[in-house]
Amino acid sequence: MGKIFRFHSDVDTDQIIASQYILFPTIDEMKTYAFESLDPTFASRVQPGDFIVACENFGCGSSREQAPGVLKALGVKAVIAKSFARIFYRNAINIGLPVIVCKELYDQVADQDHMELLMQEGLIRANGQTFTCTKLPDQMQRILDQGGLIASLNKED
Amino acid sequence: MGMTMAEKIIACAAGVDTVHAGDIQTVTLDRLMSNDGTTHLTIDMYNNDLKHPRIQDVEKLVWIVDHNMPCDSPKTAGTHKKMRDFAREHGITFYEGEGVCHQIMLEKHVRPGELIFGADSHTCAYGALGAFGTGVGCTDYLYAMVTGSSWLLAPETIRFNLTGELPQGVYARDLILTIIGRIGANGANYMAMEFAGEGLHSLTMSDRISICNLCVEAGAKTALMEVDDVAMDYLKTHGREPKACFTSDPDARFAAVYDIDLSEIRPVVAKPHFVDNVVPARECLGVKIDEAFLGSCNNGRIEDLRVGAAVIKGKKVAPEVRFLVVPASREVYQQAMAEGLLDTFMEAGAIVMNPNCSVCWGSCQGVIGEGETLISTGTRNFKGRSGHRDSFVYLASSATVTASAVRGEITTADTL
Repeated sequence: MGKIFRFHSDVDTDQIIASQYILFPTIDEMKTYAFESLDPTFASRVQPGDFIVACENFGCGSSREQAPGVLKALGVKAVIAKSFARIFYRNAINIGLPVIVCKELYDQVADQDHMELLMQEGLIRANGQTFTCTKLPDQMQRILDQGGLIASLNKED
Repeated sequence: MGMTMAEKIIACAAGVDTVHAGDIQTVTLDRLMSNDGTTHLTIDMYNNDLKHPRIQDVEKLVWIVDHNMPCDSPKTAGTHKKMRDFAREHGITFYEGEGVCHQIMLEKHVRPGELIFGADSHTCAYGALGAFGTGVGCTDYLYAMVTGSSWLLAPETIRFNLTGELPQGVYARDLILTIIGRIGANGANYMAMEFAGEGLHSLTMSDRISICNLCVEAGAKTALMEVDDVAMDYLKTHGREPKACFTSDPDARFAAVYDIDLSEIRPVVAKPHFVDNVVPARECLGVKIDEAFLGSCNNGRIEDLRVGAAVIKGKKVAPEVRFLVVPASREVYQQAMAEGLLDTFMEAGAIVMNPNCSVCWGSCQGVIGEGETLISTGTRNFKGRSGHRDSFVYLASSATVTASAVRGEITTADTL
């Protein structure tokens, strides 16, 4: 079980990690500024194993891979949204951060509720209900299963 | 069934005869652009995470320092040095202080028919020259750098048939903001946006770049335009030949088709904090501004500076406003100097800066403070995008931005 941090539609990558931090040398040095403009307390409250739940078009805007990077570095287990912006979605899979499309969850949970993700079964349990997730395309599931794109490249090499 | 431009470019890059939307193909990339936004992370992964670090073809790589140029802190200096040193060691084409990455790519590298990955979301700008440019993160970039290839899901295409001509005082920026306002911030998510029709021929290269550049703000994977005489002239002027010129087949399948009469477009403004929050400019008249920005990969070309200079000539920037003028490249800067445009801006009280991403990116000189309002030709108006998280960004054309700088509040050029 992990806590839910719930966000609205069209959360852009500038909100996830602002421009003034992304040239910092490492993801670890940036991660404490995650979601600073929306919720400055987020980085200090999120615990490894927690989840982001969002409405539509999560991660729109810039291609900065630092956006999924800081979430993974803070221990976020997965991002579940009604839909994702394209580049964020691909970046998250590439670094091994599960991004899961689930149309129903957002409307049935509140911020700080708890949920459980059953990755293999493609199910989410929260507030006594069970929700079905949309399957990843095979190509992306393979990358995720291997721990990300670089891990999969190293396996081919 | 015929193929769209996007499908044809992917088929060519995959070495197959036919591709249709939804197919996943392994493609050979023609060119790989990266800037100082993420290249330091790419280098770290190259050095630390790869089993067999290598570059498949260094000739494909173009690295450009433009986001924090010149650098603003010892941390950024270290990030830039890492990029500069790696580029030198490996013989990567490297630009620093030359201008905004997409402008440099279009001036010096992009060819029609190419498939290009850029580690920057506005890489879709290359569609102005009939190339398939798409934004990727640094892990996709590294994979492509090592293997020369990647996988790509062929996108569906939304087609925009343009007719007529833009009225006097209305610009490409007004057109693309109007379109984004109509289809929404995810209206073209995962899709290609293709622009065609006789109306296209009336648009300059600068207009076309402005349109294609902003398509990612509707979620588009890429933007594409047919290569006509205007595009061929631009290529010839810049000393390049096409790889291939593709057009969509008459029986190609489009996810949607919009007919747009350019003569019906009017000045618009995107209000905070979303690019699709588009309203007629007249609805924003009177909004007080603290800063105005004319520049960026979207509107920092010579055509934009000419528009701005014509609006401000003989007038003054409002005393309470900072007006930043930032040419998109050295080529643009020198042309503007030769034409006397920079003198016009300086005499009016503008701050003319070196070519870079400037305040569009929110980590350069010129960022705005708490509660301040900026009107900008930049690409985005997200919360905090150009400075403090509690600040406000309006997006508009070069003419509207410059007119607003003069009056100190949002205004259109025709009312000055």
